[in-house]
Amino acid sequence: MSARVVIAEDLHLLREGLVHLLRAHGFDVVAAVESGPELLKALTGERPDVAVVDVRLPPTFTDEGLQAALAARRVIPGLPVLVLSQHVEQLYARELLADGSGAIGYLLKDRVFNAEQFVDAVRRVAAGGTAMDPEVIAKLLASTARHEPLAALTPREREVLELMAEGRSNAAISQRLFLSESAVGKHTAGIFAKLDLAPSDDDNRRVLAVLAYLNAARS
Amino acid sequence: MRRYAEATARSLCLGLLTLVDMVLAIVTVLMIVLSFGIGVVFLFPPSVRVLRWRTGLARRLSGRWLGREIGPSYLPPPPPVRPQPDGWYRHDRQLYKTPRWPEWNNRWKWMFGDPATWRDLFWLVLSPLTGAVLLLPAVTVGYGVIVVGQWHPAALLLGPAAVAAVAAAPRLLHFYGWWNELLLGPTAKSLLARRIHTLNQARMETAGSQAAELRRIERDLHDGAQARLVAIGMTLGAVEALVDTDPTAARALLAKAREASSTALTELRGLVRGIHPPVLAERGLGDAVRALALDSPLEVKVTVDLKTRPESPVESAAYFSISELLTNAARHGGADRVWIDISSQGKTLRVTVTDDGSGGADPARGSGLRGIERRLAAFDGVLAISSPPGGPTTVTIDLPHALVWEENFDTTAQMPKWKWAIVVLGYGIGWLPLFPQGIVTAVMKIIDQEEKSWFYILYLPEPVQWPMIIFNIALGLVLYSAAVLLPIQHSRNRWMAGMNPVCLKLDR
Repeated sequence: MSARVVIAEDLHLLREGLVHLLRAHGFDVVAAVESGPELLKALTGERPDVAVVDVRLPPTFTDEGLQAALAARRVIPGLPVLVLSQHVEQLYARELLADGSGAIGYLLKDRVFNAEQFVDAVRRVAAGGTAMDPEVIAKLLASTARHEPLAALTPREREVLELMAEGRSNAAISQRLFLSESAVGKHTAGIFAKLDLAPSDDDNRRVLAVLAYLNAARS
Repeated sequence: MRRYAEATARSLCLGLLTLVDMVLAIVTVLMIVLSFGIGVVFLFPPSVRVLRWRTGLARRLSGRWLGREIGPSYLPPPPPVRPQPDGWYRHDRQLYKTPRWPEWNNRWKWMFGDPATWRDLFWLVLSPLTGAVLLLPAVTVGYGVIVVGQWHPAALLLGPAAVAAVAAAPRLLHFYGWWNELLLGPTAKSLLARRIHTLNQARMETAGSQAAELRRIERDLHDGAQARLVAIGMTLGAVEALVDTDPTAARALLAKAREASSTALTELRGLVRGIHPPVLAERGLGDAVRALALDSPLEVKVTVDLKTRPESPVESAAYFSISELLTNAARHGGADRVWIDISSQGKTLRVTVTDDGSGGADPARGSGLRGIERRLAAFDGVLAISSPPGGPTTVTIDLPHALVWEENFDTTAQMPKWKWAIVVLGYGIGWLPLFPQGIVTAVMKIIDQEEKSWFYILYLPEPVQWPMIIFNIALGLVLYSAAVLLPIQHSRNRWMAGMNPVCLKLDR
């Protein structure tokens, strides 16, 4: 059975593009809406497997989409939502991750250009995983760079940490960095030891732990 | 007791000072008469300068001793003379080699044309008179003491007089303060002139910085996104040509085009952030500053206490000021921690940025601080810096009237009940004394009607009839005018509170 998707995007062309793209990759698009109130109704009514949501939506063109997604997740805890935006903010990433239940994606709209990676991110979120934009992670790491345990990481470990924080599995990281999976496993174990985090085999839990750690180091 | 002694001492000091004024007044008037009488105009500016020095002293003393802050009442000084393109300085139809004469002329005109100069002179000439009044308590007491020393019977009379004079001393000082404010205080006209002057300056600066901003945006677009779009277009053209003959090369070019579009988007994002940050548009000042704090490498604590969102341009000015201050703290101050506090003080938006850096920030040297001041000037905002060497640095930004909707409840309040009672009473029974018992009775009396009916005045003895009629008419009129005027007065107060005169008074 294919995953059921709700899409919220106010630009007609981009909305149609997303619908086509996701349909072509075997998703079942059950609703494609263009405003905040419609989105909330669709999310609570349809209870989709994943929602792809633009932050800025009518009627106010502020953070309507984000608010609707957060509201829906309060009604349906853990509802998978992938938020798209023209710009990424640590502030919004924090709000999305705040409930700690995962199944959250937060990507720049540009990432849609790379269909494979984008669809992969949608699948990951639908499966309860995380997909954070590299730019969010870069900002997060840049602002925590001076913190003691993070500064002690080797450059390779930092790379792995970045990809891990984006929400990728060990397999995906090994592919990206041209390493063996066991080498990536060794690096992750090293990172967890240095940051004093409890190691976990569950990819999702691991990502959330890392993000929580980075956010905590921040404030 | 202390209050009276203090008031007497102060009035004595101020009174003695006016004895000096006598000399000063004679000299100044003489100089001014000379400068116009026999044309020694060179004497005019120095005499005005002396005059202004003296009235300046009086203003300061008024603030310190009489509890009456008096601002300067002069028109803004003339702007510095600028040379023409050919290097000469023009004044009216004359050309000069140096700016000395045009400046002298401008200053002369400024001093001569300012009514405040003549009010100052009037004050100085009358100063000995007011001084005599001020000296009354001290003189009476002194005289009384001398007379008592001689065991003269007049002491019995002078005793109460001295007590009365001392008791009146605070009143005298109050009167003196009022007098000073009357003659030395700013008039509505001079306040407006000053206001226009500052507004003009602020407008010029705002227009200038806006134009510079637009030029920067134009340049960024031209060199960045626009150039990249051209490149993408050309690449796509090449792809079109190659797609049949060399699909591999075409695919490589497509990847390049995608990369270029991605870069263009990144650049546009940066540009948009510089024009109006998206979080600011989406969430307002508080969250935008929180986002800024999260992105900063420093440890930043943000506290926001705002009930309403300021107007968008004000918000933007505050945001960019904070952003600049944060950058300064990291770059120059060597700070690790920063505290940002955003709060409302009535209608004023106040932002405080404190860091634990090395301090020593100087607005005169830092172009960044200057830029912030320019940005804030458009909204009458002020920047105050406390940055002793060694830190900590605290910068306070005040944006008055930024929170337009934060209405003061006192000014919108309903009329109190007793005023409503008077209004109802006025409309309710005002007609009774005015018409039947006033005007109608008067007519009856004039036409000498026999019928007295219920016009009670006609039953009264003859001599009081006319006074009573007039009294009744007056009473009716008073009742009606109270009913009409009270609400008007109330709403007027309400209006005025939000209107210019108060703003002007509050103006620096």
